[in-house]
Amino acid sequence: MSDTAKSIKNASTGSVGVVEPNLAHFDQALNLVSGKTLKQYDLIYETYGELNEKRSNAVLICHALSGDHHAAGFHSDTDKKPGWWDSCIGPGKPIDTDRFFVVCLNNLGGCSGSTGPNTKNPDTGELYGPDFPIITVDDWVESQARLADLLTIDVWAAVVGGSLGGMQALAWSLNYPDRVKHAVVIASTPKLTAQNIAFNEISRKAITSDPEFHQGHYYAHNTIPSKGLMLARMIGHITYLSDESMGEKFGRDLKKGAFDFGYDVEFEVESYLNYQGERFSKTFDANTYLLMTRVLDYFDPAAKTDDSLEKALSGAKCGYFVVSFSTDWRFSPERSERLVEAMTKAGKRVCYAEIESAYGHDAFLIPTERYMAIFSAYMNRVAEEIE
Amino acid sequence: MRADLRLIEPWVKENSNVIDLGCGDGTLLAHLQQEKNVHGYGLEIDPAQITHCIEKGVNVIEHDLDKKGLSSFADQQFDTVIMTQALQAVRRPDVMLDEMMRLGKQGIVTFPNFGYWRCRHYLLWNGKMPMSKSLPHTWYNTPNIHLCTFKDFEALCMQKRIKILNRQVVDAEFEQSRFARMWPNLFAEFAVYRIAKY
Repeated sequence: MSDTAKSIKNASTGSVGVVEPNLAHFDQALNLVSGKTLKQYDLIYETYGELNEKRSNAVLICHALSGDHHAAGFHSDTDKKPGWWDSCIGPGKPIDTDRFFVVCLNNLGGCSGSTGPNTKNPDTGELYGPDFPIITVDDWVESQARLADLLTIDVWAAVVGGSLGGMQALAWSLNYPDRVKHAVVIASTPKLTAQNIAFNEISRKAITSDPEFHQGHYYAHNTIPSKGLMLARMIGHITYLSDESMGEKFGRDLKKGAFDFGYDVEFEVESYLNYQGERFSKTFDANTYLLMTRVLDYFDPAAKTDDSLEKALSGAKCGYFVVSFSTDWRFSPERSERLVEAMTKAGKRVCYAEIESAYGHDAFLIPTERYMAIFSAYMNRVAEEIE
Repeated sequence: MRADLRLIEPWVKENSNVIDLGCGDGTLLAHLQQEKNVHGYGLEIDPAQITHCIEKGVNVIEHDLDKKGLSSFADQQFDTVIMTQALQAVRRPDVMLDEMMRLGKQGIVTFPNFGYWRCRHYLLWNGKMPMSKSLPHTWYNTPNIHLCTFKDFEALCMQKRIKILNRQVVDAEFEQSRFARMWPNLFAEFAVYRIAKY
């Protein structure tokens, strides 16, 4: 077995085990980009591995649209489903918890325990609902920096994220150049395209036009816009997969093997999307979904520097690792290449790989051989620098 | 140390910006980073090589030179543009030379000499496309689609008004033999050229 093959085998077995989330309360008001203020807020987070004496081995994991603080391990001995990025975080995995102290939080506006639309507004005593202020990636970075202060982490060895998480890693490198040694930006983009925003708008319309939405005050009506949220997720889900992976997984397979000549679910792909959408609509908050899509839409760090990404990057000091996936059409390799072009023109240290994968945007969550090998190689470089 | 590195190193200035087109496993850049503290990038297409580059601490960018060209890089962005043993493998070596001269103040190019006596001998006696240690592929699956001789290369440089600042010719072991110096197009297997625009 080659070294790479060995490390992949280890990677598939290492788990951080049973983990418990922590809750941090912040009383210092957070002034948001929108002009609004969060007077106080909570952030729920998990950590894996040990912070070393020099406090130099901390890695921040930033989650994407529907992610949360539970990135790796299990919540109990009987828990069957590990955290959302368990494929990459754990002993012997690319983000090796034997070497790094890993922090992952649920971002502000989320619905998994951090302050967001489904938590109580201290001013009114009611749930925030649609009155929760619109957050931006910069606001997240600010709140994450306060969590870093609390955990006595001055400098992150790396800030790592896929998709919307990659945007946070990029924003960290620009907003806090002295607090980030490496930024790992996976399956991401320097800004959304019109097509990306269009898909987000359809998702939002699906939610807001559900009669159970009640202008976002559905909690008070003791209901949830589950139909709308389900639709939004179904649309989103299509953009996370590739034509190739859908074709491979479902093809034109029929559930019953023959047409029913009706409009109920007949094709396997319909059944899958319905199942995914329905499951999601029961566990995720619709107001959070709306908010997350807006965070995505608004992200555009170059807007602050005359639309020059190169200028936006000029103050960055970290090393970058940018990864894209061949069949990702949500944030295509071209988007990553645009980012890499600006990084090289700005003279920044950057490594870039386009991984051949059939899994579309979701590929960043799937431990394919080359992806794991190169991700491990880069994180090893990060670890060697601090050891 | 790899022999071609020894020849290239003196031509690269300390603390300069370098780009290596087709950087392989990153050995050259890693060496230049260590010895000359250069900053720069390696472009590579082979996934396995890219991982090796990362392991060596080289800033490597996955890039298909034939498909993407070099338009994503700015004019005179680099002090030195290096292309070792890859010019003969690109679809348009002439365009690549232009681009090298656009990107950097100077270029360093190495390639195998198709006029080397063993190549000539092989073709003459076997009547088949030459194969050797440095050209191990058969004609139908070789990546070396634009093999040339030193004379060919130098004629192209002249035509493009590219000045040859230095030329080191070497044999198969990258040694500078007397024969190779006297009749390079016949007795030298490789050359390392340092070129710049007039």
